Amino acid sequence: MGLEMEGYRLDKSLETHAEAEGLIEEIHGRHPMDDLLRTDRLPHIWCPGCGLGTALTCFLSALRKSELDLDKVSVVSGIGCTGRVAGYVRLDSFHTTHGRAIPFATGLKLANPALKVVVFSGDGDLVTIGGNHFIHAARRNIDITVICVNNFNYGMTGGQAGATTPIGGLTTTSPYGNYEYPFNVSALAAASGAVYVARWTVLHARRLERSIIEALLKPGFSLVEVISPCPTGFGRRHKQRQGLDTMRYYHEHGVIQHGADPREADIGLSGAVVEGKFVDIDKPTFLEQRTRRLEQVFDK
Amino acid sequence: MSANKDGLLSGEFFMQGDIASAEGAICAGCRFFGGYPITPATEVAQRMSERLPLVDGMYVQMEDELASIIAVLGASWGGARAMTATSGPGFSLMMENIGLGIMLETPCVLVNVQRGGPSTGLPTLAGQSDMMQARWGSHGDYAIIALAPSSPQELFDLTIHAFNLAEIYRLPVLVMTDAEVGHMTEKVVIPPPEEIDIVPRRKPTVPPEEYLPYRVEPGELVPPMAVAGDGYRFHTTGLTHDERGYPATADDSAQWPLVQRLIDKIEKNKDKIIILEKDGLDDAEVAVVSYGIAARTAVWPIQMAREEGIKVGLLRLVTVWPFPDEQIRDLAGQVESIVVPEINMGQIVREVERCAAGQAEAISVPHPGGGIHDPQKVLNAIRRAAGRK
Repeated sequence: MGLEMEGYRLDKSLETHAEAEGLIEEIHGRHPMDDLLRTDRLPHIWCPGCGLGTALTCFLSALRKSELDLDKVSVVSGIGCTGRVAGYVRLDSFHTTHGRAIPFATGLKLANPALKVVVFSGDGDLVTIGGNHFIHAARRNIDITVICVNNFNYGMTGGQAGATTPIGGLTTTSPYGNYEYPFNVSALAAASGAVYVARWTVLHARRLERSIIEALLKPGFSLVEVISPCPTGFGRRHKQRQGLDTMRYYHEHGVIQHGADPREADIGLSGAVVEGKFVDIDKPTFLEQRTRRLEQVFDK
Repeated sequence: MSANKDGLLSGEFFMQGDIASAEGAICAGCRFFGGYPITPATEVAQRMSERLPLVDGMYVQMEDELASIIAVLGASWGGARAMTATSGPGFSLMMENIGLGIMLETPCVLVNVQRGGPSTGLPTLAGQSDMMQARWGSHGDYAIIALAPSSPQELFDLTIHAFNLAEIYRLPVLVMTDAEVGHMTEKVVIPPPEEIDIVPRRKPTVPPEEYLPYRVEPGELVPPMAVAGDGYRFHTTGLTHDERGYPATADDSAQWPLVQRLIDKIEKNKDKIIILEKDGLDDAEVAVVSYGIAARTAVWPIQMAREEGIKVGLLRLVTVWPFPDEQIRDLAGQVESIVVPEINMGQIVREVERCAAGQAEAISVPHPGGGIHDPQKVLNAIRRAAGRK
């Protein structure tokens, strides 16, 4: 009787709990975000100390404050720990394939421009396997909001190196330390044409929430990069055993610099974590560009 | 020839196959095209880029074929009738997300203008070597629908039909044409819009709180489909899921009913889906079974063989997948041998052989791609099949 068997049983008992939603409510009471969550799917799969709960709470709170019509909001995720967000929100939500959340969102938005489409996914999904779509959606200035939770590794598969892993980062596929140059997610978005780019650690929850509101209400391609602890996959190999250790690290190393050049804001294993609102410019969206061009041609 | 106030064409045209496919899509109500240029399918994208803005539709040129097919899936969930068009290398790139389309049960149409392969192969020259890939190319078990037009007119007609099948059975429907038909210019008749049958999407009738995205009523195999923004606030996932659309990955309890239904909704409706065209089979001792341009190439050799006194007829597979097992079995019970010309090294002939199950000999007439069969070779195969020479 090993732990694995316990694991299988746990999953089954979760389903039983899901059936007994009323009982859970009786015992635990209601969470302020319950009406935006698929409570019959809770508890979530995320590890203790993970930043995804905070990132999701900030998103839902921002969504509520944005006063958007929630029937017209769609959430699209790819694959990975962050990719599970789509499954927990009580909105039209799509859990798609690895790396392809952004082009799915592009089709969704262009088929029905009345929708507010949010892509919520991780760094591995969005800028490693899905990097091409990320830069092209930003280039086109497709009117979607991308929330990229960056924990510098592939968490779900057990802590492997990806395109955001800092030089020297220890992961299960960089056991001698990562020697590949990493992507800076915010700089990549800015360079590709995003009209709104902000970065916050999950420690700065109120500022994160405010940035998500701004991003949701900004026409065009907006990116909010959320720096998040991953104690299981990444932190524990870098002297941050608990999520709290990483939060303490953010407290000590976080430097708020609105308007900073994101190219100067690389994130390493040590040194400052520069955060703030980096880009907030106005530029016609893909659809506005299209309408303008077609009107020029056809209304002559 | 005329275009009505909605920008829809009708009348008689001298039209290229690829363009006929694009016009068929527009007549079928397609208002979203996500694609990437690739020979010999590029003309479909070109035509759509020109035509869609005129009919209040959306053309978007994606960054690659991965993005193209998944943007099409997204557009379908946004409520649009959506399609893409590609050829071999792009078809390979689309495989994973064809699987997502199967799993999410997403209506859409994919036109594959086949060329010679493998790899970059023969970009400008015909092939039919993606037929097995169409059936089995994405991982996992599923059923698919694939149609094989043999003329520009049929490319027009079957593209419309593909959209209807996609809505009825909720899956990506493949129009498997080739460079010969796609680049052939012939007479195409476009009927007036009121004469074109369009099957609308079946949406849920229950209120949102009662809606389960993957619940099918007893006796049905295809659930109704809500789209984003309708207020249903549904979830859907490429993971194995239950009726709620929620992941159910702890064991095989949801996997069984889901995968079985994804297969059954096609297999149990084969009679409604399969279209075959028969010519001269009543007294036949030899049958030619073929599809697409290869079936057209077989017409002259069949005539020649008939003039030589060989009793031979043609069974053309307009629907290649699902495969007409029963009809081939019956045919094998009637004829001595079945000749299968196809522009590949022998793909569908394996299906014919499987269904014939030894009752009739299945004779492959292969071609590696790069053109159509030399009709003389097909004639020789028919003669051999009839025991002549």
